[in-house]
Amino acid sequence: MYEKTQAHFESKFKKLPEGHILVNLGPSHPATHGILQNVIQLDGERIVDSESVIGYVHRCFEKLGERYDYNQFLVCTDRMNYVSTPMNNIGWILAVESLMKIEVPDRVTYVRMIIAELSRIMDHIVCVGILGVDIGAFSGFLHLFHQRENIYQILEKLTGARLTTTFCRVGGMERDIYPEFEAEVKLLCKMLRPALKEFNTLLIRNKIFNERTAGIGGISQEDAISYGYTGPNLRATGVDWDVRKDKPYMFYDRVDFDIPVGEDGSVLHRTLVRMEEMEQSIRIVEQLINKFPSGAYHADMPNIFLPEKNRVYNNMEELIYHFKIIMHGIKVPAGEHYFATEAANGELGFYIVSQGEKTPWRVHVRRPCFWYYQSFPDLIRGGLLADSVATMSSLNVIAGELDC
Amino acid sequence: MIEQVEEFLQKSFSHFLIDQDKKNSNIPHFYIKPEGIVPIIQALKEHKTLAFQFLNDLTAVDWLGTNISTRFEVLYLLKSPKNQHFQIQLRVPVEEGDSVPSITSIFKGANWPEREVYDLFGIEFLNHPYMERILLPDNFVGYPLRKDYPLEGPGQDYLIENLLEIHTKEDITEGI
Repeated sequence: MYEKTQAHFESKFKKLPEGHILVNLGPSHPATHGILQNVIQLDGERIVDSESVIGYVHRCFEKLGERYDYNQFLVCTDRMNYVSTPMNNIGWILAVESLMKIEVPDRVTYVRMIIAELSRIMDHIVCVGILGVDIGAFSGFLHLFHQRENIYQILEKLTGARLTTTFCRVGGMERDIYPEFEAEVKLLCKMLRPALKEFNTLLIRNKIFNERTAGIGGISQEDAISYGYTGPNLRATGVDWDVRKDKPYMFYDRVDFDIPVGEDGSVLHRTLVRMEEMEQSIRIVEQLINKFPSGAYHADMPNIFLPEKNRVYNNMEELIYHFKIIMHGIKVPAGEHYFATEAANGELGFYIVSQGEKTPWRVHVRRPCFWYYQSFPDLIRGGLLADSVATMSSLNVIAGELDC
Repeated sequence: MIEQVEEFLQKSFSHFLIDQDKKNSNIPHFYIKPEGIVPIIQALKEHKTLAFQFLNDLTAVDWLGTNISTRFEVLYLLKSPKNQHFQIQLRVPVEEGDSVPSITSIFKGANWPEREVYDLFGIEFLNHPYMERILLPDNFVGYPLRKDYPLEGPGQDYLIENLLEIHTKEDITEGI
């Protein structure tokens, strides 16, 4: 990769005007959060041109998806957007379930929605917190990260892992929720509101932060749509598209929430949209947790969902099902399916081509980061070098998702 | 909605349409000749009522070894936000070595996805501003998402299942 970039940049920036310099930000740089490389041509402190180089964490999950079966691919989705892993799991599982036309019990959907919204909060906390750190405000980050840790502890109790949750299964969840889940989520919601308020006073309403972020790194509505922006970055420009409202999946049509929009798509507006989205996520979680249904944690489909271990050891039928699922995988009808969910960064779509075999014929992931990160040179052109760091943070580009 | 799109395409672009059996898919789709992709997407984007303003996804599929005669298909997913975010898919069958016109002049966002398809499938896009590999290094040999590219990479033509056999036949006393 390095040879490529060197030869490429020598040819691209061969005739540098007098006084212009090339600055190499990344691939491993404190201000990039992930393996992202940007080569920036500077005139003094102004950015004249830049070039993004990606692919440093490319693992070709789409190829692996052709070898893994439908439940196995779940571990790959964990490693895409590693800041809000459960949302990727849920996106993939919903795509498979809608291809197979599986109806899951209400309880499963409730837990999935709660976890999805908590992950959205987690993701946004990282984005706005790190943005503060990048431009020199550390305290807000520390205060809000305490809440993120609380969410992680719930995830840890629920799934046994903090980062790579591998949470769902086709037809349900890995296991039922633990007894204190409801009480803990309620307590979390109660604590999140004041924490967000505190963060608002600490950072967002700070004069220096406002002057530092207002009006920089902006993009117009037309350009954002043309570049394929989705999610908070698109809504910051004033477009109110949200997959949760446009094509409701799970029970998003049954809960009450608003879509916050910004105005000029600048760093400040992206941050404000994310702050408000966290409030809305808390609203959704509170509505769900108060009417949490009882029932099974998986669909009653023994040919799809692995039976419980103690029954596998004692019953013949369960042992057969266990063997069949492990050895032959689950049967997915032949067909093609595109299913999109609203992940923390935007529309996360899974495109599955199935030939009716154990493994998919082709898996494609529409990653929101990949689409909006290509506009980065346009966003920072003409601005200051220090602003490009803030722009990068506010876009929330996750290297694992970008390269896939 | 789908009837209107079909009527519009049949009326204005019938010479670009390919009559082919529809797939079992949750998204309505049309088969298009490669040379028709730019005018059709342009017209769909600028149409007043259809208004497919948003390029949702761009990818390709390799059909090697199936009963589908054309090797690749490039898939364009378009969305019409005005009409309840209705989606259609345009499918462009391509043979190995063929190229497809780039739509970066219509949607700026098509830039990287087209490069990704070139990188992983080897399908070239004409009039693209910068048609080079994006995820893989320039000196990479082969196109990984093609079906004839082994998962373990080139040069290892054994299957994982054969590994056990290879290892049991290995003479571990060699070199002692």
